[in-house]
Amino acid sequence: MVLVAEPMPWLESVAFALLTPAGCAVDPADRLGLANFTSEMVQRGCGERDSRKFLEDLELLGADYSSAVSISHSSFSAAMPAENLTGVLPIFADMVLRPLLPEDQLEAARLVCMQDVRAMEDDVVQLVREELRLRRYGEPLGRANHGRIETLEAITIDDVRRCFQQNYQPSDAILSVAGKFDWPALRDQVESLFGDWRPVDAPPLQVHPPLLGHRHLQHDTSQTHIGVSFASVPYRHADYYQARGAIGVLSDGASSRLFTEIREERGLVYSVHASCHSLREQGAVFCYAGTSSQRAQETLDVLLAELNRIRQGVQADELDRLKAQFKTSLVLQQESSRARAAVMAGDWYHLQRVRTLEEVQRVVSGITRETVNAYLAALPPFDFSIVTLGNQELEIPVAVS
Amino acid sequence: MQFREHTLDNGLQVVAEVNPQSQATAVGYFVSAGSRDETDEVSGVSHFLEHMVFKGTPTRTAADVNREMDEMGSEANARTSEEHTIYHATVLPEFQQRTVELLCDLMRPSLRDEDFETEKKVILEEIMMYEDEPPFRLHDKCMEVHFGGHPLARSVLGTLDSVGAMTSSQMQGYFQQRYSPANMVLVATGKVDFEQLVRQAEASCGSWPQLDSLRQTPRAADVSNFLSIEKDTATQQYTCQIANGPSAEDDDRFAARLLSVIVGDDSGSRMYWDMVETGLAEYSAMGCYELQGTGVQMTFHCASPEQTPENLRRIHQLQLDVERDGVTAEEVQRAQSKICSGIVLQGERTTSRLFAVGMNWLQRRQYRTTRELVEEYKAVTPADIAAVLEKHPLSRNTTVTIGPLGAVAKPN
Repeated sequence: MVLVAEPMPWLESVAFALLTPAGCAVDPADRLGLANFTSEMVQRGCGERDSRKFLEDLELLGADYSSAVSISHSSFSAAMPAENLTGVLPIFADMVLRPLLPEDQLEAARLVCMQDVRAMEDDVVQLVREELRLRRYGEPLGRANHGRIETLEAITIDDVRRCFQQNYQPSDAILSVAGKFDWPALRDQVESLFGDWRPVDAPPLQVHPPLLGHRHLQHDTSQTHIGVSFASVPYRHADYYQARGAIGVLSDGASSRLFTEIREERGLVYSVHASCHSLREQGAVFCYAGTSSQRAQETLDVLLAELNRIRQGVQADELDRLKAQFKTSLVLQQESSRARAAVMAGDWYHLQRVRTLEEVQRVVSGITRETVNAYLAALPPFDFSIVTLGNQELEIPVAVS
Repeated sequence: MQFREHTLDNGLQVVAEVNPQSQATAVGYFVSAGSRDETDEVSGVSHFLEHMVFKGTPTRTAADVNREMDEMGSEANARTSEEHTIYHATVLPEFQQRTVELLCDLMRPSLRDEDFETEKKVILEEIMMYEDEPPFRLHDKCMEVHFGGHPLARSVLGTLDSVGAMTSSQMQGYFQQRYSPANMVLVATGKVDFEQLVRQAEASCGSWPQLDSLRQTPRAADVSNFLSIEKDTATQQYTCQIANGPSAEDDDRFAARLLSVIVGDDSGSRMYWDMVETGLAEYSAMGCYELQGTGVQMTFHCASPEQTPENLRRIHQLQLDVERDGVTAEEVQRAQSKICSGIVLQGERTTSRLFAVGMNWLQRRQYRTTRELVEEYKAVTPADIAAVLEKHPLSRNTTVTIGPLGAVAKPN
């Protein structure tokens, strides 16, 4: 396990993110949802505490706590008043090292996981997002973490224990800490809490090629929901910030191209955006627009036209505005121990190091119209994959792929 | 940290929490205008107007406004509720003057017809978006049923019909009435040059005419309603409950918020242990919202349609239990830790402070440091919470449920 820490002595709080390499990508095909299920189970008591004592102690310590399961990790995060860090860390160490995994809680945990699946069925925007991501990255890297009702039904306590033993381990685990703390004391405490954690060999991941292509999901909804994706570079790539610059011109801020052309000029949507997404080895751009059915075709056409237009390059004033926004968001990151801890953990996963804010500022300052346009010439938005959801299928222009 | 305030001759108030250590400056207009100030004919006009404010002024087009905000790298947004409209931007301190100049100008918008018609389409899309999104505008429906003929029954978004039929001259009339300077507060937090802020406010806003704009603030009726709405395309069943609660002026609000955390926080509460941790519900959580002259204690619940009637019985039982037996000192202590830790974490962010300072001033003409606010919560005892339950029993509520179930029996 790697400990990364950055002091923010002007704050009264401290936050951390603890990432274990128990991502849903390792779920067996007939046990989809297992990592999520296991994450639910490790929070049901650990060390000397049952599930109630676990949460009550965190509450008394004022630890605002959350958990999440991504493709690559199960993560557990907390933000708290600085003086309570030494009290909270041992509870989290117990959770990832000594969970009780109580068999009598298995059915309750299963019901909780099934609620996630049912919730997703009502969330049409999420349905589009999941279908789009699966088509872009394929199995297992594009899958959602919640599994399906039938795969959740098949999970036994032995599956949960096996998932825990194989994946809650220090290789690829990251603990990032940001805020007010005493470094020698933190280092010593983390050494004593996690020093005995022993790695196990993880089997290699079987990766299948993506489906790409298009799909329409028939639903009786008020709006038609449109998702478009295309390939980009991952976060670790030397050109990542060039790609980010191009997508920022498309989608960041009220003067961005998508907002201007689709919402401000034509009033086609309330919500439209594009964003860069990154796995460790590959990246993509995901776009979304939601609009009433009779205007959905026009919305898709204008969205695709803007994606094609960006190939011709960005303007200097567009980039200047984007860089001003980056600068503000970097300063505001300094106000939130939680936000900083999350960024640091992500940096370590993708880069095996943490970029300082000064370094990010330098990289951002180095982006110019010429560098972004050179990137766009080499890797233009291309080979779109389109997913729509609504009561009417849209016409996909032949020219898009 | 220093609090400053100043009132212009026309009634516009300028308040700031000045923190010289901060790296950012947040500025906002807090306007006392919301759906409760509307009539049925112009339902949704406050929110529509919030959008139109960004469409420009006699000296700026909509594109100018968007471009200038982005040039400063501002994190800007706006929001409308039942009784407030808030416009805000967070920037680096070097942009204070430019941001204030822009925001002051925006508060006197042109409301051009062409922009009005284009933006109307955006609002109609926003309404349709919420119709597709769980819990399918349940909050609006529950407020409507709970408040009946009270002004708070009106939804913030309005309806497809009311927004569709609205004219720009109707909006102009509403604007003249509600955006009187005495109804507005200019708020700033973070690194603020207060003297400059006041000078700019005098120069940009000093000539705004002051108008009378009264708000009706009747007490909410003591009602207990139940409504079930069938939506066969939904998978889950969604339920909202509203009980009356302390108003914005009522000192009971701290005890009521602690009660909400003990009974219905999304983690570690009585509802959590009974229905969420056990997987009987997807979520079941409670919150407390103070309004002028009244307040609401609101519960949101989501579960499978089959499980929902049983869960509604469980919620009812939890309410009767807490009304009969009260809460324990340990529960109060844990809830205090949770809330106070949240206040400290929020207090570190310039934008969060803007909302805290601005809302407190708008609702109560009062300033509190985060430390003072923490003390208010720490002073609450189980007896204070029992007193709140006596005045505002949770079991006396309006319940609206929407989902595949055709009819749901009212639990009793």
